[in-house]
Amino acid sequence: MKHTLSVLVENEFGVLARVASLFSARGFNIESLCVAETLDPSLSLMTIVTRGDEMIMEQITKQLNKLINVIKVTNLSERKFVDRELVMIKMKATRTNRAEILRISDIFRGKVVDVSHKTLTIEVTGDEGKINAMIELLKPLGIKEVARTGKIAMLRGTQ
Amino acid sequence: MKLTGAQIFIEALKQEGVEVIFGYPGGAVLNIYDEIHKANFRHILVRHEQGAVHAADGYARSSGKVGVCLVTSGPGATNTVTGLATAYMDSVPLVVFTGQVPTLLIGNDAFQEADIVGITRSCTKHNYLVKDVKDLARIIKEAFYIASSGRPGPVLVDLPKNVILDSTNFEYPEKVEIRGYHPTYTGHSFQIKRALDLIYKSKRPVAYVGGGVILSDASKELREFITTLGIPITMTLMGLGAFPIKHPLSLGMLGMHGTFRANMAISESDLVIAIGARFDDRVTGKVDEFAPHAKIIHVDIDPTSISKNIKVDIPIVGDCKQVLKGFLKEIRAREEETEKVKGRIKPWLEQIEKWKKKHALAYKQEDGVIKPQYVVEMIGELTKGEAIIATEVGQNQMWAAQFYEFNEPRTFLTSGGLGTMGYGLPAAIGAQVANPDKIVIDIAGDGSIQMNIQELATAVQYRLPVKIVILNNAYLGMVRQWQELFFDRRYSHTCMENIAPDFVKLAEAYGAAGFRIEKVEEVVPTLKKALSHPGPVMVDVIVEKFEGVYPMVPAGASLKQMLLV
Repeated sequence: MKHTLSVLVENEFGVLARVASLFSARGFNIESLCVAETLDPSLSLMTIVTRGDEMIMEQITKQLNKLINVIKVTNLSERKFVDRELVMIKMKATRTNRAEILRISDIFRGKVVDVSHKTLTIEVTGDEGKINAMIELLKPLGIKEVARTGKIAMLRGTQ
Repeated sequence: MKLTGAQIFIEALKQEGVEVIFGYPGGAVLNIYDEIHKANFRHILVRHEQGAVHAADGYARSSGKVGVCLVTSGPGATNTVTGLATAYMDSVPLVVFTGQVPTLLIGNDAFQEADIVGITRSCTKHNYLVKDVKDLARIIKEAFYIASSGRPGPVLVDLPKNVILDSTNFEYPEKVEIRGYHPTYTGHSFQIKRALDLIYKSKRPVAYVGGGVILSDASKELREFITTLGIPITMTLMGLGAFPIKHPLSLGMLGMHGTFRANMAISESDLVIAIGARFDDRVTGKVDEFAPHAKIIHVDIDPTSISKNIKVDIPIVGDCKQVLKGFLKEIRAREEETEKVKGRIKPWLEQIEKWKKKHALAYKQEDGVIKPQYVVEMIGELTKGEAIIATEVGQNQMWAAQFYEFNEPRTFLTSGGLGTMGYGLPAAIGAQVANPDKIVIDIAGDGSIQMNIQELATAVQYRLPVKIVILNNAYLGMVRQWQELFFDRRYSHTCMENIAPDFVKLAEAYGAAGFRIEKVEEVVPTLKKALSHPGPVMVDVIVEKFEGVYPMVPAGASLKQMLLV
């Protein structure tokens, strides 16, 4: 099963390497990883999407906690949470498909961020389902390139 | 007071109560070595950096103090990796300082540069690259704290040359504040109660005890716990010495080369009480068939050890000593139940006694050959079991574990987790530094002794009277045994016959004493001579070539599937 972890770490050099090498050394997989500074500049927040059964998830959580630079690990998937991803999609744009691309983009509340004679680049945010649905619809029209940020996530309400 | 990084290093070590550094100088650490010289700080010069880490490890395991190493950058640093991995697997508190090229040159492939922080990330508890001399004192303080607290382990501190040269005001921090590191020491009292409920209900309980008990100095509490409840106890390789092996409740070691009764007891028990042990594959055998009828209580300071290999029914995260104290308090309050459980498990103890009679640890004494097990037994008799025993890895290690009677903690130094050949001699040297008045013996094989033989020069230089007993079977014996059992006796690259050095001459060349034993009747008198010799001694014992270690549970088989003698 897929799990989204929120990992609060010290904002120091080498911490990302420690987390990444923990996953590779123990054979855990990382589907996506997002990291940036928090309001407190001495801390960073990592959002890690990974897969595993109950026993593996227990190990991943414990092993992360064991790292000296890791301050807090929350498995968001155990509770209600919102997640978002930002994607940029560069389309092969021709006179015939340009309107169709824009229509699909509109449906998904996408935004055109770059345009040229042969391309059209759309920016869209959403959860995984929305983004995958949009990519599926755009595929037949000719995708040149996709760049995804990976998921960021947060618990809902005051949990 | 303004001090250079090198001076801060010395001052910080003094503040930490460090008595000795095991090390090897080089370009990047010259300034520290200069301060060592000026301060007349005690330093043991090893002959290879791997030896420095193992020596610090033997020092730490035998004394309970933190072992300290100092090596230079590049190859000096990379040579420590095996020692670090060895200490990491067995949870030994070490602080290893490595030299590094100046910060401005880091990443430039400079002379003797290695990314040692990157290389050792997965074989240290934590590591640091000091980028500014202002951080040095705090980092050293943290390094010692992390190494020795919680589940102990090695910490590496990388010191760029400019950091050693730069100056700053020196103030050694009194306290450590690390936001993400707060080990749990006291076990949850409710969990302890629940665990005790299970113990009081059990009919066939067995305690399974590992190195954690020794690391937390909990042997006294363990003895009281076991004898008060009258529960049988088995120990892992790392746990040997935690409880007297001669005690009637002791089943000896369990696992791949464990005793018949220990492995049977685990397999038939209805409650396993694991204390400071981590269900290693050499202990469990086939995981699905490990203690199939038992509920499992697991006491460990490291939450990651719990439910890693085996699903645990009652986890108790905490320090073995504290948790056992918690148990004892609770047990005292429930005296009646304690008496009841003692009565209930009587048939279980009788069953264990039957297993013991059926297959006790044994070997066949034959005419004309020296059995390695006999040599180990004689070492035990001559030292009254009061020596510190280090081992290499392989058959020598297993025979030492099986046939030397360990009764006290911190008397058995062996690489259990990583299985590092070449560990024994430098570890014995470190143990002798920590215990100048004790007899320290390295029980070795003719293969592994050659992996760090250069440290004989260290023993000779510092007049450390370690005794090396080589059980010389002219083979890499443990590998040969596997080839005999599982590869149709195709002895691929395991025979060392006629190509080994003359160990007696070799010892003499290093300035140590050398003896050879070729006949059974020479074993006792020559060992006596070796033990009473005031300096380092190497004894080459020519033993039966094809002797195997038994019982043996083949890798991946269940504990009940033992090959017996």
